[in-house]
Amino acid sequence: MAADDLIQARSLTRTFKTKTGPLDAVRGIDLDVRAGEIVGLLGPNGAGKTTTLRMLTTLLLPSSGTATVAGLDLVRQAREVRRRIGYVAQVGAAPSAGLRVGEELVTQARLQGMSAADARARVAELAPRLDLAGLECRALLELSGGQRRRFDVAIGLMHRPRLVFLDEPTAGLDPQSRANLWTHIRSLRDDAGVTVVLTTHYLDEADALADRILVMDGGLIVANDTPAALKSRVAGDVVRLGLPDLQARDRAEAVVKEAHPIRDLVATDTGLHVTVDDGTVAVAPILRGLDAAGLSPTSISVERPTLDDVFLTLTGRTLRDEAAA
Amino acid sequence: MRTEIWVVFQRQMRVLLRNPVWVFFGLTQPIIYLVLFGPLLKNVTGGGLGGDDAWRVFVPGLLLQLTIFGAGFAGFGIIQELREGVIERQRVTPASRASLILGRTLSNMVVTAVQALLLVVVALPFGLRASWSGVASTLVLVCLLGLGISAASYAMGLILKDEDAFAPFVQGVSLPLLLLSGVLLPMSLAPAWLRHTSQANPLSYVVDASRALFRGDFGDQHVWVGTLVTVALTALLALWGTRVFQRQSA
Ligand SMILES: Nc1ncnc2c1ncn2[C@@H]1O[C@H](COP(=O)(O)OP(=O)(O)O)[C@@H](O)[C@H]1O
Ligand SMILES: [Mg+2]
Repeated sequence: MAADDLIQARSLTRTFKTKTGPLDAVRGIDLDVRAGEIVGLLGPNGAGKTTTLRMLTTLLLPSSGTATVAGLDLVRQAREVRRRIGYVAQVGAAPSAGLRVGEELVTQARLQGMSAADARARVAELAPRLDLAGLECRALLELSGGQRRRFDVAIGLMHRPRLVFLDEPTAGLDPQSRANLWTHIRSLRDDAGVTVVLTTHYLDEADALADRILVMDGGLIVANDTPAALKSRVAGDVVRLGLPDLQARDRAEAVVKEAHPIRDLVATDTGLHVTVDDGTVAVAPILRGLDAAGLSPTSISVERPTLDDVFLTLTGRTLRDEAAA
Repeated sequence: MRTEIWVVFQRQMRVLLRNPVWVFFGLTQPIIYLVLFGPLLKNVTGGGLGGDDAWRVFVPGLLLQLTIFGAGFAGFGIIQELREGVIERQRVTPASRASLILGRTLSNMVVTAVQALLLVVVALPFGLRASWSGVASTLVLVCLLGLGISAASYAMGLILKDEDAFAPFVQGVSLPLLLLSGVLLPMSLAPAWLRHTSQANPLSYVVDASRALFRGDFGDQHVWVGTLVTVALTALLALWGTRVFQRQSA
């Protein structure tokens, strides 16, 4: 075990008893996280991401397997592990009316063993960093979705853990709030040196945040790589060009091949589907080329590979098949 | 651990006191019992009932009823807390599992104490005459019982995880327990089979003890039997509640 390994899990499994028999939610995963990393656990609903996180945070006993977290045995030293980690759960139900932001944060810190004065000082320090300043007396019920998630993150950070687990931190948020929370998560690592393990079912989120992505499917880790490496295994971006007629389409095909290195090209009745490494980089030369040839596309769009595509590549199945199965 | 219990207790009390609906009904409930049911007793006779003594029999029963329903439904709250994620975020702290549940039961105990005290005070103008040291001892018994029952209720809430299952369960358990303990009318009025069944119900002993205490009859054997039963029952239920709380997080 490397000295800077914060998490080292071996063959972790978890089986749930259900009415329809035993359910293997996690089926033997190995996991290593080094200090200072942001690791993304990416997978569709039901892949076992939450179960994995709940095991690593001592909330759920593994059915088998071993793990050390923050240098401590997950099962035998659970209480010590809890002192050293922060956990931000998946979004829960609406909170009770009587709960207020500041009080809940202080309560959490006190249960982590901080004194009342330390807890209040920590709220004063943390609230502005998570854009929660001035909201301390606000009822939890009155927070916006983004504020609520930042509050949840603050709950996990009160006792200054070196390692935090975030379960679907941005699920259900609007794009602006998501981008905002991403900034906060990045600064956790960059400014505070916190190691982050997060789960998501958005590829763009894992891509934007994680140094390393673990793709989970059916309780197994099916890939473990950097976002770039993972995406390069996938088909690439698709640039869709609409063209007025078949003649223009055929001429455009030659122009596009000339303008930019492409991976694949499919001609359809209404235009071209061009697969390239990076769509945002490819669009400009393609448009210049078309323009120079006197061709003007009726429409243009860039589609980035989705989790669906990653999945298709890694497992040979689409997520929709998964849902139907 | 004392700090942890205190922190959890404070949090629960804040939530409770900020709920005006709860405060209103929580405090008026004891009074409703007295005003709407008490007057009927005057005209019932037999089994130590009838006349002004009726209150000495009736009020201890009401105290028990208040405690059993009040503390019995405590588990409702923990189902909501489970959904909100409060339980999980408290479990992921090093705080001892016992203090997480004891802090909660302590808040139920305080609520029980306030309601019970209110009930006794309001019963005075109705004509309650009782031994004051007996009343005080009864309040202690009732608070202990409230602690045990709410711990068990929290445990059941964690096990059932669903209000739709929890509500009928609590109703289903508390109603026979209440009726079989003679809270409404003393078991001395009951036919033999009913009286024998009620002897299997630990709450019967608590009710008997409370009635003896209200009479000021400290030497009555019901008093120490009832006290022992209350202490044992509370310890058992609290222990079980803590165990369940621990197990549910594994
Ligand atoms: N407490 C539980 N009891 C029974 N089954 C569970 C429980 N928690 C999760 N599962 C099942 O385990 C599988 C993995 O769930 P989860 O870890 O929540 O997936 P994810 O977070 O990736 O969506 C799912 O099939 C889910 O239904
Ligand atoms: Mg999940």
